Amino acid sequence: MSAHAEAGHEHHGPPAANQSSRVDARVLGMLLFIGSEIMLFGSFFTAYFFIRVANPHSSTITPDAWQFWPPCKAPPVGGECTAGQYEFPVYVAGINTAILVTSSFTVHWALQSIKRGQRKAFLAGMVLTFVMGLAFLTTQVIEYLNVGFNTGAGAFASVFFGLTGLHGAHVAVGLSLLLMVIIRGFRGHYSAEHHHGVELPGIYWHFVDVMWIVVYSTVYLL
Amino acid sequence: MESPFRSEEAAFKFLLITLGAFALIVFAAWISTALGFVTWIVLSAAAVWAYLRQRAPGPEPAHVEHVGAEDERRVLVVANETVRGEELMSAISTRALSEKTRFLVVCPALNTRVKTWTSDEDPARAVAQERLDETLARLASVGIDAAGQIGDGDPLVAIDDAVRTFHPDEIVISTHPPGRSNWLERGIVESATARFDVPVSHVVVESQD
Repeated sequence: MSAHAEAGHEHHGPPAANQSSRVDARVLGMLLFIGSEIMLFGSFFTAYFFIRVANPHSSTITPDAWQFWPPCKAPPVGGECTAGQYEFPVYVAGINTAILVTSSFTVHWALQSIKRGQRKAFLAGMVLTFVMGLAFLTTQVIEYLNVGFNTGAGAFASVFFGLTGLHGAHVAVGLSLLLMVIIRGFRGHYSAEHHHGVELPGIYWHFVDVMWIVVYSTVYLL
Repeated sequence: MESPFRSEEAAFKFLLITLGAFALIVFAAWISTALGFVTWIVLSAAAVWAYLRQRAPGPEPAHVEHVGAEDERRVLVVANETVRGEELMSAISTRALSEKTRFLVVCPALNTRVKTWTSDEDPARAVAQERLDETLARLASVGIDAAGQIGDGDPLVAIDDAVRTFHPDEIVISTHPPGRSNWLERGIVESATARFDVPVSHVVVESQD
């Protein structure tokens, strides 16, 4: 750069970074994050479908029981699952799904409220979202305690706890983010002009909900 | 393409779409497993099609600051196989006559994709350097003082790099005619026009000596 050009600047410090990729850094970061999450969940779903579809005889406890899904509690007799199948708590998980989806509506409401400068509605929305997320996680823990099998019940149980547990871990991270937003919100942070700190946890929370819809549909319903 | 998680609103919309799609899949699977599978395939294909079709709003053209003397004009010339073309020489000469003009000729080191991935770019750079040297010598012989450099194999990246160091007031891109030009096929001229707020001229070289 010539001396003339330098004289025309009052800028101090290093020059602005060259973004030759033309992709906004925040968008790129979110895309990379989502990509990594898709790979993470994808690996768990691969294990799930492998066990359910490609290798249904992988149980070391009751090999014949895998003709059924969920598997039989004991080897089938004459092609019948006399001891009964393991059961997923479809209805409890369904209610949990409704709670989680509703929490997406409340976090959306919270963000719309702070964008309009309505602090009370924003805080109410965030607290409601947090409470519903906590209810989801608590219900999932109770579900684990009463589901009737554990990780030693075979590969199906491992993938069940693996997939739902992975999602639960994401909910826990989301709750931490929401808690930080709530604390900052009660301390007077955020405004109609500055709410980026609410937007990003909101995106994450919706992502967690999307993943749960996939997990619930695939593991519990299909 | 736009990410469905680019904003909270977009993510919320994506959540609702996911909810509807999976409700449909579960309902279809409840009727018949095969129908559920087909529904899943169709919805997945539709989602990919819709995602690829959408166009994100492009960023604003980058401002290229004028540097150097007030009456100095800088012209960035980007060409490779057409760099020796008469039409391009004529375009440069016209600009050289009209004002106090500085030229920078950039020859992107065009390479095959496989060679680019394997970092085998020395032959491409050597060919580009040969063309560039010949062109600069020819310009010097008619009294035009031009600088030159070899650029990235991607012409847009080569232009981007040159813009950041040379600060041109105009960009001249030379290509083969439509139908024979890979750069035109890739929309290099349009992309450069959209990327920088300086005039971008397109010179078509029909034949070379």
